[in-house]
This record gives sequence, C-alpha cells and structure tokens, in this order.
Amino acid sequence: MAESDTLISVRDVELSFGPKIIQQNVSFDLRRGSIFAVMGGSGCGKSTLLKSMIGLLRPTTGKILVGGEDYWAQNEHRRTQINHRFGVLFQSGALWSSMTVGENVALPIEMFSSQPPDVVRKLVELKLGLVGMEQAIDLFPSEISGGMRKRAGLARAIALDPDILFFDEPSAGLDPITSARLDDLILTLRDGLGATIVIVSHELPSLFTIADDGIFLDAVTHQPIAHGSPRDLRDHSTIPEVMAFMNRASTIPPTDETKADQHV
Amino acid sequence: MTQQTDPSPPTAPAEPAARPAWSLQTGPHGPCLSVRGAWTVPHGGVMPFTAADIPPPPPGATSLSMDTTGITAWDSSFISFLWEAKQAAASAGLAFEQDGLPAPAQRLLALLPPNPAPPARHNSHKQNLLEKTGDLTLGTLNETGVAASLALDTTRGALQALHGKSRMRTKDLITDLWNAGPNALLIVGVVNFLIGAILAFVGLVELRRFAAEIYVTNLVGIACAREISAIMTAIIMAGRTGGAYAARIATMLGNEEIDALQVFGIPISSYILLPAILSLSLMMPLLYLYGTLIGILGGFVVSMSMMDVSPVGYWISTVNGVELKEFVFGFIKAFFFGSFIALAACRVGLKAGRSAADVGIAATRAVVIGIVGIIAMDAVFAVMANALGI
Repeated sequence: MAESDTLISVRDVELSFGPKIIQQNVSFDLRRGSIFAVMGGSGCGKSTLLKSMIGLLRPTTGKILVGGEDYWAQNEHRRTQINHRFGVLFQSGALWSSMTVGENVALPIEMFSSQPPDVVRKLVELKLGLVGMEQAIDLFPSEISGGMRKRAGLARAIALDPDILFFDEPSAGLDPITSARLDDLILTLRDGLGATIVIVSHELPSLFTIADDGIFLDAVTHQPIAHGSPRDLRDHSTIPEVMAFMNRASTIPPTDETKADQHV
Repeated sequence: MTQQTDPSPPTAPAEPAARPAWSLQTGPHGPCLSVRGAWTVPHGGVMPFTAADIPPPPPGATSLSMDTTGITAWDSSFISFLWEAKQAAASAGLAFEQDGLPAPAQRLLALLPPNPAPPARHNSHKQNLLEKTGDLTLGTLNETGVAASLALDTTRGALQALHGKSRMRTKDLITDLWNAGPNALLIVGVVNFLIGAILAFVGLVELRRFAAEIYVTNLVGIACAREISAIMTAIIMAGRTGGAYAARIATMLGNEEIDALQVFGIPISSYILLPAILSLSLMMPLLYLYGTLIGILGGFVVSMSMMDVSPVGYWISTVNGVELKEFVFGFIKAFFFGSFIALAACRVGLKAGRSAADVGIAATRAVVIGIVGIIAMDAVFAVMANALGI
C-alpha cells in the first residue's frame, strides 16, 4: 500500500480511564476513500477510540499518525488545524440548541473562513440541500425530529469540506427506512466528496452495506481481536466472539455482557 | 469536500491556481456553459448565476450543456454554482445536461432538490392587543392555579412528613438542607457584615451632626432585624439556591428524568419539590437570624473605631433599642421569602424547555422572579405591618 494512501495510522494505542484499561494494542491503517467500521459490543470502547482519534481523549500510550504527523505530539494550535480536516457526526447530532439549524452549519464556516454573509448562506443552503434538510434552515434543533437532527449534524460535519468523516452510531435510534436512507447518503457523500469515513456502529445491516474495512474490539480482553470488512468477518471469521456478534447469537460468550457493562 | 483534481487536464502542479470563471457559448442543442479555473471556496468559487445570465435561447435550443475541461480543482462551491445553473436552466425552459460533469459532482447534484425549498417558518402570527391581553390574563390565571396546586401538594406532603408517612427520601432532604443552610453561611455572613458596617458608617456621619451618635445602635439593629437582613439574605438565596433548583429541574426535564418519575408514578411534588421547598423555607429564617446578628456585629466593629462608647454600652443600647417583635417580624418574612423563592424556582424549572439554552433561561427567570417577588412581598408586608401597628 502506498504511503499516501494511508490517511490515519493508529499504532499500539492504549486507552484508559485512570487505572482502568479500555482498549490496548490497537493498531490499524485508515486507507483513503474507505469506509472503516469500528465494531464491538456495547461498552467495549468504540466511542472512546473515536474520541482519541478526533482529539477529545489523549491515549495513554501509542501514536495516532494523521498524514504522517503524530497527532497527540502536536501542540493544541496544530491539533486544531488538523481537526479542520475532520468532520464529526455525534451520536445524537449534538446541534447547538440556541442556534437554528442554518446557524449551526454556518458557524464553522464563519469562524474559519472570511466569506461574506451571502456566500456563507449559499454554502449553508448547499450543505443542507445535500442532506435533504434545506427546508429546516430556520428551525431550531428542538423543533425537528431525531432523524432530522442527525442529518443536520451531518450537514454541519461536512461544512468545512473535511476529507475524513467520523460517525458515532449514525443509525442508532432511527427507523429502518431512515437508517437505510442515511446509509445511501453516506455512500453518496463518500463518492461525491471523495471523503474517507470512520464509522462506529453495531447496526449490522448498515455495517454490511457500507463498510469495506474495519476492526473488532473485544470487551473482555480489552483489545482488537479481528481486522477486516464486516462482510468478510461475517462470512469467514472463526473467532467465537466475532461470529456471535455478526450472527446476533446470544449465547457466546456468556460473560461478555456483565463484563462489558462495567466500561464506559 | 476534498478538493478533487480532475484527471483529464494534465496541468503542471506548479502553475498558480487560476481564479474560477465561466462563459457561455452556443452549442448544437443550445447554450454551453464552459467553466475553468480552481473552483474552490477560498478562490471565490461561490458566485451567483441566475436565469438572467442565460441569453434568450435560439429557437430549437433544448438544453444547457456543461464543459468542465478547464476545471483544475473543485469543492462545494462548484456544486453550489452548478445547482444555481441547473435552476437557471430550468427557469429558462432548458434541460440541464450534466453528462459533461465529473462523476462525483453528478452524484452530489442528484442529492439536491430542484429548487431550494421555501424555508419553513416558525408558526408566528402577529397578535393584536386583545389577543395579547387575553393570553396574558389566561396565562397568569393558569400559572397562579398551577403554583397554588404545587404549594398545596407540597404543604400536604410536609404534613404527611410530620406524621412520618411521607414518600420523600430523607437523604434528599438532608442534602438540600445542607445546600440551602450551612453551605450559604459564608456568603450570607460576608454580605450582612458589610451591610451592617455600611449602615453604621453612613449613620454615624449623619448622626454626629446632631450629637446623637448612640442612636446608631438603633439604626443598625432595627434596619437589619426588620428589613435589610431578611431582604439581602433572600436575594442571595434566590441567586444561589433558587437558580440552582431551576437549573437542576430543567436539566432533569431535558434528560427525560421527570418523565421517568411520572411513568413510575413517583409524585414530583414529594420527590423533588418537597425537599427543595422544605429545606429553603426552614433554613431561610435561621439564615436571617444569623445574618441579622452578623449585620449588627458589622455595625459594632465600625462604631468601635469611629465613636466613643464602650463595647458593653453599645450592646446594652442595641438590646434596649431593638424590640423582640422586630425579630419576629423579620423571622416570619424570611420564612415566606424562602418558600416563595423555592416554589417559584421549582415551577420555573418544571415549565422550562428541553434544550441547553432553556436551562439557562430557566435559571435566569427563577432568579429574576425570585428577587422581584421578594421585594414586592416585602412591600406588602410593610403595608400589613403598618395597618396592624407592628
């Protein structure tokens, strides 16, 4: 694989809260243009891993290389600059509740570029149009439904034309139709924007549809136990935990649930 | 959107990116829109394109075609431009021919609706004076009713608690009592001490002119016991505890915690309101007493440094000058102030919206209503005291 094809390299990262280890020995490469799935049961540290990639949580050890640069070795100013390459869709949208949907998308554009207001407005209309939310531009987050909030969050995530998009549970809490539409939207945006996507999810149908690479985190051993695309893992994996996860079996391994619940 | 380099024109990378520009030519089936340059937001790629930019098409023209061979790079501003071109073509009666576009741009363009929909406005319609007055009156009546029923529920709960039958958790009550009482001692003390000191200072300067300095004891004692300490303590508690109650309840509302209580059938009045209101109305009179004594102490400290009287003489004069009824009056007022602050704060919290901004609004409103209400109540008490000759 060519060096320039790797956008983010995670090397031997260990994540912990105080003495409690969440995940260790996490290593993977994020290839340009791929949709990378971070999988695992509830509480295995998926979201925590995502947090460390977008600059919210410093890993205890290990490196995260963004375009060859050690992300956590940079000062805060540089990290913010790198963050402008990232677009993040938070679990419940995380729209700023005191602003309208349009202002939510406009804020990053206004803050980090010096465009006149009519240009900003036009860009905001475009981003909201791309996610099918142009009619909600002047509504407040409290006035729209959960699915719309998520799409508005997506419009905000692509506001600065990022080349890496992070999605935290994009289809959680959405009905199957909305969820399938969101999958389509993600694929179209990936192709249209040429972006690379990291997706944290345990929605199997959605993972099988869109993801082409991935990592499986185990909650019991606190480390990744499988690498590869979800489809591939479903069809070829021989690891019991992964097989159970991919096929929604409830029995293997019996201690998973209780142990996993203690984390995060 | 990542800047995408079109693979077709092998331009030298060192060449400075040209500003985006467009021109219209006449093609076989109608006008042809030719675009060139680095079409990105920083290069000024967001530019208007309206139907007026398309010259009246010759007869037989059917479509607006695109020529993008001159594009070196593009991002969302290009899509924005294409979207406008598409709308302009539609209003000029031309089909928009998108075969000439890069494939990713075609996919993005397909996501966009044909026209930017008219934004959905909030349902705001202008009310006339009558409607406003009516709404206000109904709102006030309704609010009074709700607040009264809350107060009734709480009183009933408090009576049940006296019989040991309440469903209030003792643990909550103790936490609230601690927050509304001992935790506030320092700030109540500091403020009342300074108020007492200021009263004594201003009083001494004026009374000295009449050689009536000893009456400063009465001034400080009566002012603190009757009015100032009760009001100042209530204002502090409205800002400190009232705001906290409103913010806490509004946050619980936003997290659906109140909904969960309701579904279980746990009465909000006994679980949240009772400990809050009970603790503030019990602690406020005690804080008032403490505040008054500290206020008198503040006056004493200033007087000792400014006038010629023995410490014992000062205290004797204070005890003789300030009657017990002043304390009783202030004590009763403090109880009502405390109940009012807590009740208003809880009500405001329960009525709040469900977003972060609403929590802020609720906290502000609770403090404002608390302070204004206290001062209004104090005026009512003054009138009543005057009528009763207290």
